[in-house]
Amino acid sequence: MKLVLSSSPHQHVRRTTDQVMRLVLYAMVPGVLAQLYFFGWGVIVQMLIALITAVLTEAAIVTLRKRDIMQALQDYSAVVTALLLAVSLPPLLPWWITMTGSFFAIAIVKQLYGGLGFNLFNPAMAAYVMLLISFPAAMSSWIPPAELASHAVGLSDALSVIFTGFNSAGYDLNQLRFGVDGVTMATPLDFVKTQLGQGYTYSEAIGQAQFTDSLWSSASAGWTGVALAYALGGIVLIQQRIISWHIPLSLIAGVAVTATFLSMLNSDLYGSALFHWFNGAVMIGAFFIATDPVSASTTPKGRLIFGAAIGFWTVIIRTFGGYPDAIAFSVVIMNMAVPLIDYYTQPTVYGAKRAVKQTEGEP
Amino acid sequence: MFKQLMIDGLWKNNPALVQLLGLCPLLAVTSSVINGLGLGLATALVLIGSNATVSVIRHWVTSAIRIPVFVMIIAAFVTIIELLMNAYTYELYLALGIFIPLIVTNCAIIGRAEAFASKNPVSASAFDGLMMGIGFTLILVVLGGIREVLGNGTLLNGAERLFGAGAESWKITVFTSDYPFLLAILPPGAFLGMGLLIALKNIIDKKVAEKAAASETKTVVRARVTAES
Repeated sequence: MKLVLSSSPHQHVRRTTDQVMRLVLYAMVPGVLAQLYFFGWGVIVQMLIALITAVLTEAAIVTLRKRDIMQALQDYSAVVTALLLAVSLPPLLPWWITMTGSFFAIAIVKQLYGGLGFNLFNPAMAAYVMLLISFPAAMSSWIPPAELASHAVGLSDALSVIFTGFNSAGYDLNQLRFGVDGVTMATPLDFVKTQLGQGYTYSEAIGQAQFTDSLWSSASAGWTGVALAYALGGIVLIQQRIISWHIPLSLIAGVAVTATFLSMLNSDLYGSALFHWFNGAVMIGAFFIATDPVSASTTPKGRLIFGAAIGFWTVIIRTFGGYPDAIAFSVVIMNMAVPLIDYYTQPTVYGAKRAVKQTEGEP
Repeated sequence: MFKQLMIDGLWKNNPALVQLLGLCPLLAVTSSVINGLGLGLATALVLIGSNATVSVIRHWVTSAIRIPVFVMIIAAFVTIIELLMNAYTYELYLALGIFIPLIVTNCAIIGRAEAFASKNPVSASAFDGLMMGIGFTLILVVLGGIREVLGNGTLLNGAERLFGAGAESWKITVFTSDYPFLLAILPPGAFLGMGLLIALKNIIDKKVAEKAAASETKTVVRARVTAES
């Protein structure tokens, strides 16, 4: 009989990649439902388009690379990538833009680098950045939350706008985007940025009627609801130990510290931490996007640095950059820094002496 | 000799696809076919001139001072080309801007002067310059074409800048879109396009090598057919 000596823990429950990915999908459900509630059926249509494109692309490229198709598809990673991309897109984006993004994410960002586990960048976010740079106008055409819209967008309308550009009544996307009293509805981040650019102060900008009307029908309520729903899903992921707490917590803290510092400098110009937390993609970014096991940092200390830096860049780019939201840019920037972070934050092996001390004088 | 030079310049040792020299102008100006073609031709002319001149004086220039001499020869030809373009294709001259004088720093040119022209006779050097220049131009045009089609939906837009007023009608509109694919026009599109072109070349090379290997094994099988009868 062979006795194997090993240190504790002695029992392991190893999750396979597809189990992990499926749990991530389940955890996205509350967020997706919230998006469905606030922004209409478009998000579901986008998810389907992205999903079909991603799976077909994955199958095609894996065949070209002469690998096992079923194995590649059954790990659900392409599904997760497609859905993360789809939920970040404006709900009524023309279908071919979504397809382009989904194809880019799988073919260029993931498979050209060697497939799952080898991609330098987060596929969904790299594709999002590609789309944002390529189609800035289409990518910022968010529709107002359903309660505010003068023309509600049902499933058939969403389908027809996405595939033909017009809904059944003949309104195009821009007409649908006109909300109450013919005011164009931008996302709160976009709106506040524009107002600040026109010389209003921050408190004047968020004091506008569309933000303060009522709890469930103001422009920011939709975004806050979606953010909270994703945060809920994310907390379940942490509880299930699919993701560690390091990245979400440090990202959210990074956003808070940077935003608070700026707003203490001049509260007329810079938004508060709460404003940054519950608008745009910070919550889904913190729990679902930055925690991508492949392209994020892998050491505990490194994860703290990685998350905090994403939070920092998000606020900086939102405040001083040209685009209203910045989670995608920040994640892609920090993906580039991951090898460096991992190199300097390798934990010492248990029992090893602190040999680092001796060489500390040398760079 | 000349056939080998042709294969090298156009394909096997293509300055853009294989040597990866002169990437700065290559990536910067290939936003349209005509820009690519204009800069490619200018570079090719400089290459022919500098290669021939370097070859002529190769016996008198010692190796200690060769680099400054090469640079001065190249700079002289670039100045000639720049003044010519300023005179005859003024709009293209404006469109290419700083990248015409920057041909001086194109490593492909000094690379050919150093690696080939300084060791070979004049006719071979001039021919090498021509082939390398055409190889470089081809890649500029192909990359420019890909980026122009994706980004603008047109081909040969602005042909009149290079070929005179009659060429205005050469413009081909492939498609029109409300949302141009800006990435293709922006610098990242150049890097992506270049990477895909290099990948394509490698695939073709691999396929050709496989075919050659396959046909070699076939010739061995044939030998014994007549032996039995």
